[in-house]
Amino acid sequence: MIIRNSAALIPLILLFTAVSIPIVALKKKQIAFFMVMIATSLSVIISFYNIFRVLKVGTIHYHFGGWIPPIGIEYVLDPLSSFICLVINVIALLVLIHSKKIIEMESNIKSVPYYALVLLMLTGFNGIVLTGDFFNLYVFLEICSLAMYGLISVGGKQAPVAAFRYLIMGAIGGSFYLLGVGFLYIKTGSLNMADVRSIIPHLYDEPTVIVAISLMVIGFGIKMAVFPLHGWLPDAYTYAPTTSSALIAPTGTKIGAYAMLRTLFFVFGVNYVSKTLHITDILAWLSAIGIIYGSIMAIAQKGMKRMLAYSSVSQIGYIGLGIGLCNPLGLIGAVLHVMNHAIMKACLFLVAGNYRVKLGHSNIFKLNDNIRKKMPWTTAAFTVAALSMIGIPPTLGFFSKWYLALGTIKNSSWIFLAVLLISSLLNAVYFFRVLEKVYLKPMSSNDLEEPNMSKNSKADEVSSSALIPVLILSVALIILGLLNTIIVKGIIEKMIPAGM
Amino acid sequence: MINFFLGHYGYWFAILLMCLGLYGAIMKKNLIKKLIGMTIFQTAIIIFFVASSSKWGATVPIFDEKIGVANTAKYINPLPHTLMLTAIVVGVATMGVALALVITTYLRYKTLDESVLLKRMKKDNDN
Repeated sequence: MIIRNSAALIPLILLFTAVSIPIVALKKKQIAFFMVMIATSLSVIISFYNIFRVLKVGTIHYHFGGWIPPIGIEYVLDPLSSFICLVINVIALLVLIHSKKIIEMESNIKSVPYYALVLLMLTGFNGIVLTGDFFNLYVFLEICSLAMYGLISVGGKQAPVAAFRYLIMGAIGGSFYLLGVGFLYIKTGSLNMADVRSIIPHLYDEPTVIVAISLMVIGFGIKMAVFPLHGWLPDAYTYAPTTSSALIAPTGTKIGAYAMLRTLFFVFGVNYVSKTLHITDILAWLSAIGIIYGSIMAIAQKGMKRMLAYSSVSQIGYIGLGIGLCNPLGLIGAVLHVMNHAIMKACLFLVAGNYRVKLGHSNIFKLNDNIRKKMPWTTAAFTVAALSMIGIPPTLGFFSKWYLALGTIKNSSWIFLAVLLISSLLNAVYFFRVLEKVYLKPMSSNDLEEPNMSKNSKADEVSSSALIPVLILSVALIILGLLNTIIVKGIIEKMIPAGM
Repeated sequence: MINFFLGHYGYWFAILLMCLGLYGAIMKKNLIKKLIGMTIFQTAIIIFFVASSSKWGATVPIFDEKIGVANTAKYINPLPHTLMLTAIVVGVATMGVALALVITTYLRYKTLDESVLLKRMKKDNDN
């Protein structure tokens, strides 16, 4: 029976654990961590099970309470949703393993409510990905956003301000989406995505539907941080504590991208949004501007976390561009980049966290080549993730950019191809800036300093719970890069919506 | 033309509120005013939903023997109203979180004016 209900189990397990943590761990704080571990490990196992089952039997519909849609709420497990679900849960598990020691060190974090919020946020993420109902999506969107505001605000001194600005933007984004749902409901009389899909072709000429799409795209655009709506992102990621930024940066914005992809292509139809309304063109152009803008801003930053935050703006651009290209290769690139960016960003933010633990800062200009000797493994992981970010084969970053580039060539949109290439160069600039500091000795230092240097540069790695997730993530970048054809052929090609 | 305005006065009111709220949330410098703007924006959407499903000459969606089952036009669609109950709860939760953040901000920076706040934040960053 449990196996039959596997589609609904992940959000339910996470939600139940989130609610019970404050009660169970009231007396003994250490229990909270183990409960989180159990809940996230279970969701990883179930996500793996789900994805294999979907690949075997095709799309699975789960009806809540036995109510048949469009009246009841349904969860839909198709290749796209099960894949994104798996990515979210695996990243969350690894980041949470890393958080074991880190949380104890952050002075203003109370671990029990913090973990409860983390699980609430994951409930929201998984719910958004799995649901097949527009209003249900709104509720999950707000659940995860509310949890995110809390998770960001427990960071440094500036964190509450950053969280507040994110809250205003996020709440307005959610409201725009809700308004769009309202317009759609007025016209179609249904909230179920599959049902709306079957009704909407008769209403393609209605201005109401066009307004609905525009409002929903603005809403998702704010959540996803597409270029002109990204204002909340850099501050929020910079001031959030390590674990929060490593949880939110890899997956938080991807949820917006997923919801956008799902609504545009799977509900409104590929031809309608690309040929009639040209929404995808607008998205592609904004994303292209975002890619360049994010990369240039990242070069200008001196803190590592802020640099990574701006690089997130640019990486979201790749995903938006892939969606906006509106051809199969672009979509493969976008979905592959969702996974790729999730792994890279988690790895990089965790490395930044490890530097903060050992050095007390992550300012790029204060880094020197001692770190290489002090923390060889962390630095190696950073290098792999940076190479993947730039897009050097055989890391995964190369292949997602490869598919995106093929997509631009297929559309003969040479400007986008140029944007992809230029941004790779800019990525190289801002990552090699760090790698240069870490691996190369400055010219001025002569041999006399050598004895001094070796004295304080003996290996001083972070604890294994903080190191192993970073290493797993960086190794995964290479292994998944080598296995990319299996992923693309096996899963991602099955996601391509009808009519593309 | 006049009918177009008067006939949809509920929607016009909602749009007016929406613009007011958006203006407040974006342009006002004080954090509390921003928050008020955001709340007005959310409330406007609730009014929009409720207006969309209201009907003259119809009754609550509970089976009435005098009207019967066949004549569905005599009942009001309850769904938008129920959806808005959820949206109100979400709005209240958002407001709670926002007020908590505002209080923390005030305790740390002794101001709620955004331009002053940003200056003081920048000073913290430079240190």
